[in-house]
Amino acid sequence: MPVPTMTRARAVAETVTDPELPMLTLADLGVLRDVEERDGRVVVSITPTYTGCPAMDTMRDDLVHALNRAGYDDVEVRVALHPPWSTDWISDDGRRKLAEHGIAPPGAAPRRPTGPIPLTLATRRPVHAHAESVGRDNAEVTGAIRVSEVGVGVTCPWCGSAETEEVSRFSATACKALRRCRSCQEPFEHVKEI
Amino acid sequence: MTAVFDNAYEAIIDADSDARWAFGTGFENPLAGVDTSLPPDVDGADLAAYCLMLGDDALIMSHRLQQWCTRLPELEEEVAVANIGLDLLGQARLLLSRAGAARAGADGIDGGRVAEDAPPDGRAWEDHYAFFRDEHEYRNVRLAELENGDFGELTARLLVFSTWRLALLNRLTESTDPVLSAIAAKGVKEVTYHRDYAAQWTVRLGDGTDESHQRMQAGLDAVWPYVDELFVAHPVEERLAAGGAPDSAAVAVDPSTLRTEFDDVLVHVLKASTLRRPDLAATPGIAGRTGRDGVHTEAMGFLLAEMQSVARAHPEGVW
Repeated sequence: MPVPTMTRARAVAETVTDPELPMLTLADLGVLRDVEERDGRVVVSITPTYTGCPAMDTMRDDLVHALNRAGYDDVEVRVALHPPWSTDWISDDGRRKLAEHGIAPPGAAPRRPTGPIPLTLATRRPVHAHAESVGRDNAEVTGAIRVSEVGVGVTCPWCGSAETEEVSRFSATACKALRRCRSCQEPFEHVKEI
Repeated sequence: MTAVFDNAYEAIIDADSDARWAFGTGFENPLAGVDTSLPPDVDGADLAAYCLMLGDDALIMSHRLQQWCTRLPELEEEVAVANIGLDLLGQARLLLSRAGAARAGADGIDGGRVAEDAPPDGRAWEDHYAFFRDEHEYRNVRLAELENGDFGELTARLLVFSTWRLALLNRLTESTDPVLSAIAAKGVKEVTYHRDYAAQWTVRLGDGTDESHQRMQAGLDAVWPYVDELFVAHPVEERLAAGGAPDSAAVAVDPSTLRTEFDDVLVHVLKASTLRRPDLAATPGIAGRTGRDGVHTEAMGFLLAEMQSVARAHPEGVW
């Protein structure tokens, strides 16, 4: 099958960067869902990372301005709520750029189970240094509750050590957790998996 | 292209916007471009009322969390609680907007000026609902509005609220209203973190020092009389939760069906925290009427007076 030709409008929209993470484009983040170009009219669909994300309006304005500058006068930006944004949509390029800027990229997003959502009780525990623990499901299952360790496998973006721990589940933005490296002692942010 | 402004204020307000979303901040409709038409066989007035219930829970709880800002014990908790409040505010904006769209749809005039409770021209439904209703028109559960206590009380309230809300949103992802289903699916991801945060602090405090244990238990005791109310279905919830066939999908979730999951989670967290489940009677409403009926505690009037003061003093304000 031939690869669909990217429209010029899409190419323009893909250059727009995220207001909070300016090293990433909205396309890198997976926030840019669709760009339709029909008879000179451009309809762009974006999806919020978190429902309260205050950057949505800036994203919208930046997209409109970029497309206006490229000669598209008729631009509409729509919100796409479904399916909900997932960190799995962050591109490989986006992950590389995050790490280069001292932000640990997310691991695989947890799959939503059928039935009750598992509870995560244990944190702030030193993370296993051994790479084989990465991705291992070392959860204890008790009925509807799963008590699991989180942050296993988050490596320090500064020194590469796997000996890191969570300081706070939230940091400067809702989408990032604050962590600390136990090897080089540097704090760093981690885009948490959703 | 550089815009030229006469003064600095003009540069920061959205001067060419023809509507004032989210009270004067230039925010756009959070449901812009989303198809908000009513699903078949759904009563628009009921759907609007249901969205107000879930939206008011988020809005009022968010306000109480915002009041904690600058008062929390550590910087990390400041950031966490502010972010949880922000998530809930985002959920409230979507739900109140969905309520407005359903209300407009119920009258058959999509987006136009409709029923007598519609906002005046230029004011968004979400602002109208958040800032220009009176106390008896709010449909939130009373747990959300209670006066803030200490950090133990905050942790207990957040544990109870987010455990209940997560169970609810998780089931609501199956809603036959695609907008509610989408809002719920996003909310599940967020509230999963809220519940983890509260549960982890419950364990740290409960299984901590004598002092932290005692205060965590006191916090739990303070909110417990408002737990039963979370699981009582309002007639609107009952109507919307009744699907066609048994077990088939419906618009809403009957909250009474969430109690088992809630109890399972609480039993587990309380055991790990060495806390006891309070044995306290529920705080009655007035003639059986509680938050969902618009009957609130004494704390609600003071909360609204503060939350609404700027919007009511400057109803045309833009900044």
